[in-house]
Amino acid sequence: MKPLGITASTLTTGLGAGRAITLAGLQAGRTGLAPARFMDVALPTWTGEVPEADTAVLPAALRDFDCRNNRLAWLGLQQDAFIDAVQRARQRWGAHRVGVFLGTSTSGLLQTELAYHHRAADGSLPPGYLYATTQNAHSLAAFTAQALGVEGPSSVVSTACSSSAKVFGNAARMIHAGLIDAAVVGGVDSMCLTTLHGFNSLELLSPQICRPWDAARNGLSLGEAAAFALLERDSDAPQGWLLGVGESNDGHHMSTPHPEGAGAIAAMQLALADASLAATEIDYINLHGTATPSNDSAEDRAVGHVFGSNTACSSTKGATGHTLGAAGGVEAVIALLALQHGFMPGGLNVQTIDPALHVNYLQHNRSAPLRHVLSNSFGFGGSNASLVFGAAR
Amino acid sequence: MSSLTVWVDGVGVLGPGLPSWSSSLATLRGEQPHAFVASVLPPPARLPPAERRRAGAAVKLAMAVADEAVAHAGADPHTLATVFSASSGEGGNCHILCETLATDTPMVSPTRFTNSVHNAAAGYWHIAVASRAASTSLGAFDASFGAGLIEAATSVALSGAPILLVASDTPYPEPLHAARPLPDNFGIALVLSATRSERSLASLSIELVPGASVPTACADASLEALRVAIPAACGLPLLQALARGEEQLQTLALTYLPTLTLKVSLQRVNLHAVA
Repeated sequence: MKPLGITASTLTTGLGAGRAITLAGLQAGRTGLAPARFMDVALPTWTGEVPEADTAVLPAALRDFDCRNNRLAWLGLQQDAFIDAVQRARQRWGAHRVGVFLGTSTSGLLQTELAYHHRAADGSLPPGYLYATTQNAHSLAAFTAQALGVEGPSSVVSTACSSSAKVFGNAARMIHAGLIDAAVVGGVDSMCLTTLHGFNSLELLSPQICRPWDAARNGLSLGEAAAFALLERDSDAPQGWLLGVGESNDGHHMSTPHPEGAGAIAAMQLALADASLAATEIDYINLHGTATPSNDSAEDRAVGHVFGSNTACSSTKGATGHTLGAAGGVEAVIALLALQHGFMPGGLNVQTIDPALHVNYLQHNRSAPLRHVLSNSFGFGGSNASLVFGAAR
Repeated sequence: MSSLTVWVDGVGVLGPGLPSWSSSLATLRGEQPHAFVASVLPPPARLPPAERRRAGAAVKLAMAVADEAVAHAGADPHTLATVFSASSGEGGNCHILCETLATDTPMVSPTRFTNSVHNAAAGYWHIAVASRAASTSLGAFDASFGAGLIEAATSVALSGAPILLVASDTPYPEPLHAARPLPDNFGIALVLSATRSERSLASLSIELVPGASVPTACADASLEALRVAIPAACGLPLLQALARGEEQLQTLALTYLPTLTLKVSLQRVNLHAVA
């Protein structure tokens, strides 16, 4: 594909709000994970929570959108002068030529969960409950578009953990097809009971902090996050470049990855081909790395197949947790930070690397100039996406 | 305004009083009035028995219209990339999960959780047809049909490869139904390709027009009531134009976002072949 400039980006996770605190946290080897504090959930599990998602206040004009997910989106948008960058794009291209493509898995579902806790005697939901602007998946994109004053095509991609990586593809295609000139991409997902209890019922949550690539890894830690990036057809001083997008399906099972990582292999190979790069030209891979026994095994096989055992790689989910529909966006922005700062974050919480896994997994931070970074996001239901980013010259 | 052109090779439809594309042609052409008869969702033949039994309305609807469009197009589902657009996930699952979570000791069914994801229909389809082709599952609330159509058309135009578009919506049970009152299920599937073939029914040239233009309405009041009530039914004017054997170019305005209208210029070809 023709490279697209990333003019601006931002992320807010359990590590904190904004790029600077995220970078500092990764460089210090800090984690944003702690034993779950969310509501009165009694599950033994660690989470990457953003407490300000509870207390952020939406502007009056956007009050109908009030729910944890949109409050987290609002908090995320306030960082890193992202809104200013979008305003400049809007002025440059026109409001109808800026699209919004965001990923989420549960959007404002918490609002509905809370409403079900307060049903009337006849079973009806409380009168203040607003479905369209809270629970519905698209409320995230509608909220973001209104908050930013952009009026172009918009949709929410909801393919579980690959959602906010895939939206980079949706936006790139739409820019290349000439329908728009710029797009706000990324994703937001937030704490809710459905995912906590749902992943628990599948026995995919670790009772401790998650340990990607560890011999004793036993599950994931959920996190919440907001991540945004601004893609433009033409960018004067980009933070980095989107060079390639690869997407595939496992076509295998609804909640277990293909054991040989066949779909994952396809996504990575398609991304490299789209970027016109050989595997050896990738300097660092940000793994999906959820710390479930099956994901890490399948991903290790897949990455080994495509890249061999030399390419430096790590999962950053030991720092942020698995942010589900926001994970692709979070890790895209981390990939950009890596390129801009010549910094590869070591994977956290490893005691002993699993001897059955063979990729070059970094346990400690490493500094080196980076030209190209690949980021993997492999989702529930077998939806896979890999993105290739390039350094700004 | 730039436009995209794709070819329609196959159609599937399922909604109240519209049990399939082939059996709905007379209604869509206006040769007989439309009557709201509650839709009936078939168990998905492609799924193995256990999954077939457990499939909820959203999966059943999506797979039914996908099957019809693929058969109509004579396409190989194993290789087809897909776009699934729905304004929500499976409503029944969401309700039961929320009820469960409101109890003191929630016991969530792992299968129900798995089936509650927005991309469940896509997941089951790709497993059933053993396809590793790319797929997107998206939603844009009331704009979901338009969002799916432009995503699919964009992909076809850039890749040159055909795509199966499935736009489908299912209602919520109470108490959520009161907050989002869809009257019934409705689904449209289209197989879109980049080049004309003997299978092609029509070419579509798609443009985005700023503002909310007056949309093309259905002359039949009962169809028009569906068009404004269920997001996937925003495609009804497109179906009607496809059903008609009109030689001249038909220009349609389809409801999309409050800020943008989808203008579709449709040219029917192969006028005798329609089902």
